[in-house]
Amino acid sequence: MKLAEVRNLAVGIVVALLAIAVPLVSDGYWLSIATTAMMYIALSTSWALFSGPTHLIALSTGAFFGIGGYLVGTGMSDYELDFWLMAAVAPFVAMFLALLIGLATLRLSGVYFVIFTLGLAEMIRNLVSWIQNNFLGSRGLYVLTDFTDAHIYWMLLAVAIVVFLTGWWINRSRLGFALRIIGNDEEVAKHVGIDTAWSKVTLFMTTGFFAALVGAIVAPRYSYIEPNVVFSPQLSFLVVIMALLGGVHRLWGPLVGVIPFTLMWEAITIFFPSSTTLFLGISFLLIVYLIPNGFVGMFESGLARLRR
Amino acid sequence: MDILISGLLLGGTYALMAMGLNLQYGVARIMNLANGEMLVLGGLSAFWLFTASAVSPLLTAIIIAPLSFIGNWLIYRYLLLPLVRRSKNQGQLEVDSILATFGMSFALVGVMVSIHGEYFTYSYLADPLSVFGSTVALNRAVAFVAAVAIGGALYFWLNRTYAGTAVRAVSVSAEASGLVGINVDRISAFAFALGGAVTAIGGTLISTFITLDASIGVLFTMKALIIIIMGGVGDIRGAIIAALILGLVETAVATIVDPGLTLASAYVIFLAVLLFRPQGLFGRRTT
Repeated sequence: MKLAEVRNLAVGIVVALLAIAVPLVSDGYWLSIATTAMMYIALSTSWALFSGPTHLIALSTGAFFGIGGYLVGTGMSDYELDFWLMAAVAPFVAMFLALLIGLATLRLSGVYFVIFTLGLAEMIRNLVSWIQNNFLGSRGLYVLTDFTDAHIYWMLLAVAIVVFLTGWWINRSRLGFALRIIGNDEEVAKHVGIDTAWSKVTLFMTTGFFAALVGAIVAPRYSYIEPNVVFSPQLSFLVVIMALLGGVHRLWGPLVGVIPFTLMWEAITIFFPSSTTLFLGISFLLIVYLIPNGFVGMFESGLARLRR
Repeated sequence: MDILISGLLLGGTYALMAMGLNLQYGVARIMNLANGEMLVLGGLSAFWLFTASAVSPLLTAIIIAPLSFIGNWLIYRYLLLPLVRRSKNQGQLEVDSILATFGMSFALVGVMVSIHGEYFTYSYLADPLSVFGSTVALNRAVAFVAAVAIGGALYFWLNRTYAGTAVRAVSVSAEASGLVGINVDRISAFAFALGGAVTAIGGTLISTFITLDASIGVLFTMKALIIIIMGGVGDIRGAIIAALILGLVETAVATIVDPGLTLASAYVIFLAVLLFRPQGLFGRRTT
């Protein structure tokens, strides 16, 4: 290991230890915000694993997240299955779906992929509602566990740490190297013998896996699951915004975006509940026009200018 | 038979909005995800003028056309052209324009919700009309006729006039048309503005028979995109056929199975196109 890597690892361990301690020093309102932030950290970091190097805007987070939450809900309510079992099954279901979507769209131009994921959450929601109304009967699903916010927070933290480790490992692996080449020039990647479609599909499956896992873990927070709640298209956009705001070319970039944005979003939903959509739009525009490389990019170019 | 007629009528209006997006994506190369909001904006103005001062939606369509043309021209000139200039390659432009138009779409939804947060319900020409033995609402038929007229005019203009040829040239290759003396930026801005205007007209027509609301735009964007991909990017004729197919399938699924599954049926079509004809119905396979 090089010195820089040891340093990064040390910083990571310190941050993780600090994060573990959060529920011990805060409770109630702030803990619930920290839990939300942790959820978005896991989601947007895993989103950036795929969308960062490939530059493909995946809007499927809401769909995978919903699959996680819904499977836990229907498993526990309709079939009286264990929470842990469902939380373990859901990510693999999402991964399989990601495989199918990836095989159908990622072999083609990137735009098709973006469009396909755009309506995905809504489409699955329609399907699930239809199946529920016509075949299952019940509409609301209850997820009753004895988890407190602190438990959920720690579980999400564990997922976030696994996401970071996965990202670190991918960066060092052949797959990560291949993806960086694909992101720079797909033609070149093909010519040096990289199976571009498979590399993208594999990573997309990873993203789907983590999104569903997070959805499953967060389900007890809602306690009452309805397709309209868990399959929220807005979630997909929030994850994209937070990741881009932080910067997707570094593993820790999304983290930098999530924390300020979660706080801001919380304030907006409290003080201007009717203008959340407008605010979402403005943030997208600001990011594209003013901070195209995110906070991390701003910070790095500022640092480079200082050194000169 | 009922399904066939109302499916075709619905498809006719879909064709109009898809033509609008096709001009924007095929010529100006901007994947405009705020297209659906432009449509809803057209619907909102029709609703608003009709309920406030009883202006006929057909008249609104004529008023809204130049306004949305100017609006979209300004959007292209001041928001999107900087992105076109900034991007080094087509991929970068695609990512930027997708994000920027998402921003616009959300901002527009936000504004429209604050203007009118409920459904745009009004009733215009809701009288029955008998076509080939099956009964359809008069407003659907009127919207279809208007869509056909506008679509036909657009098709004629693109294929038979000098300016239309320039637009098609840019859609084939922006670089080559620059070399033969076409002002690519101006044509792109024009195509983008025209596309926006056509979509907004489509919105005023659709609002006479489908109840819109401020946040429904993304659904129409989705449908327009599926139509364009099915018809082949930049191909007006393909888009019309594809729109009719989508209209028919959606109506069939809504009548026979469940109205909640129209989006799912659109996805099935989309998936089939991606798997079997990713180059579009009439497109040639590139090597």
